[in-house]
Amino acid sequence: MSINGYLIVAGIIFCIGMLGVLMRKNLIVIFMSLELMFNAANLGFVAVSNYLNLIDGDIFVIFVMVVAAAEAAIALGIAVAFYREKGTVDIDKAQELKL
Amino acid sequence: MDAKFIITWLIPLFPFAGWFLWGLFGKYFKGYSGYIASSFVVISFILSSILFFIVSYTHGFTTTLYPWIHAANFKAGVSAVIDRLSVVMLVMVTGVSALVHIYSIGYMQDDKGFARYFSFLNLFVFSMIMLVISNNLLLLYVFWEAVGFCSYILIGFWYEKKSASDAGKKAFIVNRVGDFGFAIGIFLLFITTGTLNYETIFKMIPSIPSITVTIIALLLFAGAVGKSAQFPLHVWLPDAMEGPTPVSALIHAATMVTAGVYMIARFHVIFSYSQFASEVVLTIGTFTAFLAAFIALTQFDIKRIIAYSTISQLGYMFMAVGIGSYTAGIFHLISHAVFKGLLFLTAGSVMHGLAGELDLRKMGGLYSKMRTTAITFIVGGLALSGIPPFSGFFSKDAILADVYNKGFYFAWVIGEITALMTAFYIFRLIFVAFFGESNLDPEVHVHESPKIMTIPMIILASLALIIGFLGIPPFNNSIFYSFLHVDFKNAYNFAPFVNSTPWYILSLISVLAGLIGICTAYLLYIKKVVNPETVKNIFKPIYALSYNKVYIDEIYNFIIVKPVLGFSNFLWKVIDISIIDGAVNGIASGFAFFGVKAKRIQNGMLMSYILTLTIGVAALLFYFFIR
Amino acid sequence: MDFFIKYLLSILIFFPLASVVLLLFINKKNEGLLRNLASILSLVEFIFSVYLFVYFKPDTYKFQFVEKLNWISTFGASYFLGIDGVSLFLILLTTLLTFVSLISSYRYIKDHIKEFVILMLTLETFMIGTFASLDVLLFYLFWEFMLIPMYFIIGMWGTGRRVYSAVKFVLYTLSGSLIMLFGLIYIFILHYDQTGNFTFNILRLYNTHIPINLQILLFIALFLGFAIKIPVFPFHTWLPDAHTEAPTAGSVILAGVLLKFGVYGFFRFAMPLLPAATLMLAPLVIIIGVIGVLYGALVSMVQKDLKRLVAFSSVSHMGFIMLGLFAMSAISVDGSILQLLNHGITTGALFLFVGMLYERAHTRQIADFGGIAKKAPILTTLFMISVLASIGLPGLNGFVGEFLILIGSFNHYMLLTIIATSGIIFAAVYLLWMFQRVMFQGITNPQIESFQDMDLREIITVLPLILLMFLIGFYPAPFLERIDPTVVHFLSMISRHGYVHNLIKLKMGLSNA
Repeated sequence: MSINGYLIVAGIIFCIGMLGVLMRKNLIVIFMSLELMFNAANLGFVAVSNYLNLIDGDIFVIFVMVVAAAEAAIALGIAVAFYREKGTVDIDKAQELKL
Repeated sequence: MDAKFIITWLIPLFPFAGWFLWGLFGKYFKGYSGYIASSFVVISFILSSILFFIVSYTHGFTTTLYPWIHAANFKAGVSAVIDRLSVVMLVMVTGVSALVHIYSIGYMQDDKGFARYFSFLNLFVFSMIMLVISNNLLLLYVFWEAVGFCSYILIGFWYEKKSASDAGKKAFIVNRVGDFGFAIGIFLLFITTGTLNYETIFKMIPSIPSITVTIIALLLFAGAVGKSAQFPLHVWLPDAMEGPTPVSALIHAATMVTAGVYMIARFHVIFSYSQFASEVVLTIGTFTAFLAAFIALTQFDIKRIIAYSTISQLGYMFMAVGIGSYTAGIFHLISHAVFKGLLFLTAGSVMHGLAGELDLRKMGGLYSKMRTTAITFIVGGLALSGIPPFSGFFSKDAILADVYNKGFYFAWVIGEITALMTAFYIFRLIFVAFFGESNLDPEVHVHESPKIMTIPMIILASLALIIGFLGIPPFNNSIFYSFLHVDFKNAYNFAPFVNSTPWYILSLISVLAGLIGICTAYLLYIKKVVNPETVKNIFKPIYALSYNKVYIDEIYNFIIVKPVLGFSNFLWKVIDISIIDGAVNGIASGFAFFGVKAKRIQNGMLMSYILTLTIGVAALLFYFFIR
Repeated sequence: MDFFIKYLLSILIFFPLASVVLLLFINKKNEGLLRNLASILSLVEFIFSVYLFVYFKPDTYKFQFVEKLNWISTFGASYFLGIDGVSLFLILLTTLLTFVSLISSYRYIKDHIKEFVILMLTLETFMIGTFASLDVLLFYLFWEFMLIPMYFIIGMWGTGRRVYSAVKFVLYTLSGSLIMLFGLIYIFILHYDQTGNFTFNILRLYNTHIPINLQILLFIALFLGFAIKIPVFPFHTWLPDAHTEAPTAGSVILAGVLLKFGVYGFFRFAMPLLPAATLMLAPLVIIIGVIGVLYGALVSMVQKDLKRLVAFSSVSHMGFIMLGLFAMSAISVDGSILQLLNHGITTGALFLFVGMLYERAHTRQIADFGGIAKKAPILTTLFMISVLASIGLPGLNGFVGEFLILIGSFNHYMLLTIIATSGIIFAAVYLLWMFQRVMFQGITNPQIESFQDMDLREIITVLPLILLMFLIGFYPAPFLERIDPTVVHFLSMISRHGYVHNLIKLKMGLSNA
């Protein structure tokens, strides 16, 4: 069974996510793109895990999903707080820590 | 605990207790502190006299109170050496102190620092006693400094006067310069002998290379030069007259300033084994005797005249110990303590009667108004001038005769000239102040001092009359000599007698010198054969030199004080602030500068951060890929 | 009681920290309670430390009150405590000065009292910990922790350019200690290479054999760390700033205890760990010390600010201590260690008096004072005693230490000792001149007219220090007999490299000339 297909798909998703993070200014969209990158990695993990007949990758995916869920809660919280503060979710407006 | 131990340590204990009591509880004692303080010193005097008889009829001893410092192989205890030399000094110190204490009750009566005064006076007596009896160099040094401290605090007793606190500070610092040498002498002595105990040191001295002994002796002498106000460190003593007059009498005439002479007599073994050092002592002593008498000729402040006279007389004592005539030096020390103490107390009485006036030009004709003071002053003046039968005659002549007979003719000539000048300046003072027309401020109500002041003066005057007879028969058969010389038997006889000129010839010359001085003063100031102003104008440069104290203070100010302060300012402003701190702050601002530059990277644009991150990751991946 | 004595060092270290926990529960509005409680707790701590003195066996150099627990066994770091004759007195000094500075601050510190007392007590924990540690890592930990409370004490309650001074103090000492840490870790690794054991135990590290070239480099590294802390000329410029701007309590602790750590570091670490380098570089260190003596004295002479003057006088005094320590004769090292205590007592007292003057006249400029003796006789007397102790007047503590240092150093370094001795003249000049201008003469400043004498609390503050000055001056035996065995052992540790010693003696001979 070929693994290449899975990996290519994972790579494409990762690139889409990365470009999204780099190019979009909307906090929510960046966040969604970030999730895409996570899932690309997850796809890679399960594919390789299945290919090598190991369980490690699957376990790792579970971990990533848990962490991602926690991170999503925080990130969305920040987004809401940010919106309340600024009235927008444009990240270029977040420059308070600049000296 | 034998009787000797108890008596010895009770002597310093009483004044020590006094210091403590008046210092802490002075205000509760009010005026009584003076009486109790005096009685404490009188008790010390009585105990000293008992000790004197014990030692006279038995022999000297040493006694230790407690071991003081013990670090590695360095040991020093609080211990005393009681021999004939120290009992003589003890009796003198406690005796004069007792009289000065009693006198002070009257003199300081209305001063608000009454208790403080007696507290420090008692502390001084304690320190002086300890200095005299200490049995090792460290203890000696301790009390050497302690008497200096008492002197500092008592000179600056009226601290609100800037001149007084300046004078106190000057005394302390100039003394420290001498003590610097003294301390190094002690260090050197310790590393050569491994101990600071007198007896052990003296035993080892003959086996030490003479160059080392010379250096040690010279360094110790540096301390004596400071403490006994010899040239070039004499500058503090005239200024020290800012203190209360009884203090001048006790500290700056009778006791503390003679500590240098005592020290050399005590270390006669060291000094006698170094002829060079002894000659330096002789030279400095002779020169100082002359210089101080020269300055005293033209001064107008009566206390300063007496102060310069003290410096000059101390010079005589150093001449004596410089030629190895230690008993003669100590004899003059004792007799000087009596008549110079007397002169100061009477000068104080004059000040007391004249509401603090010290300027000779504003006195005159006091004899009729203060008879006791005048007579006792004249007794002191005669003793100082070396007129028989007063004590100064015996003691000064003992020195000058030894100087001549040991072959130091130049020093002898200078000594005689100084004797002439001495008689002149002291009788100039007497004639101008007590006789002649009055230049008194009419506002001042002149009065004789109370009994409590005049009685000590009378006692001292009688002593000045009697004490000289300890010096008969003259030279090495005298009562005093035969009593004391046993303590100096270990001295190396580096200056043997080369003449045996009979004493009466030499004495005649000295007395003549004194009489010429007195007559000159008489002709100038009473008879006014020549107007003193004319004399002054004829010798204008010399007069100016003498009047301005040979400009020594000015020279010191110019070559030492100003450069040191300038250099210190340079160190602080340039080295410290500009260079060192400049470098430190420079490093800091260097970091700050790069920080400002580096802060541009932190532009606040999230996109650029992520881009940098991505590029970094890509670069890393690329690196691992091609490796 | 057995338990108490056995774990006394731990109790001493953690009692102040426990006190902090107690103080945390007190409302910060309740200022009187906070102050009194903190003072009482620090007094209790001091009383505990007196037990240390009582149960200390004077006639041995061996470490006493030893406690050892495994801490991070992977690196061989342990909780290893113990004291000898030197650290005993330094701990006593610490507890005494903490108590003194707490009760000295009743008037000076007006706001954030809770924070202040907490910081002071925390600082005490760290200071005692540093002196008691026999484990290098533990030592370093406490050593760096000390900076934190001190930083806040200067920065929050200071005057003038306090933040500048606080930052300068921390950065200066921190940069030194990092280099020092590097040196210590290097020795740790060398020891591992030689024995195959990881250990931070200083007693074992003493046995590390280090080649002489490396010793010199390591010595320089440790020197920087300790010399900045002392501070030795030319690393002293943080000191005048920190002292001047710190509150009284801060200055007292800084001068009284913190400056001691540099010398303690040399004594405990640099010199016994690197004996060959110590012997080789001693003349250089002494030269630096002697320069410091004169430099500090001369610069003090022209200071216009009281505190700055006292601060520079510390530079001068620490120069004496360096001279005595590196002259390495038993007498001079005894003197140095005693002088370490004396400096803490005397300079601590001087800062207390300057603080009292500042509280009353709201100025530290010498020129603004004058004539105080008339208004405040008690203050004048006690201040004068401290000044005289600092000058080294016999009968007071400073003399004994200085004299032992000089007489002990004289044998090996004659010329340098003579130069250093001249420092005692300058000490008299700058201190007496200052004293005259501040206390004597007439009153020129109207502020002085209403000058109050010391009250009971202030007398209690300085009285222990004054009494100690007299005690050490008249009867230093209880101190010297405990210090001496430790010092003798210390010197034997340095000279154990006999072959190096002879080589060095040659070099010393050159420096004598």
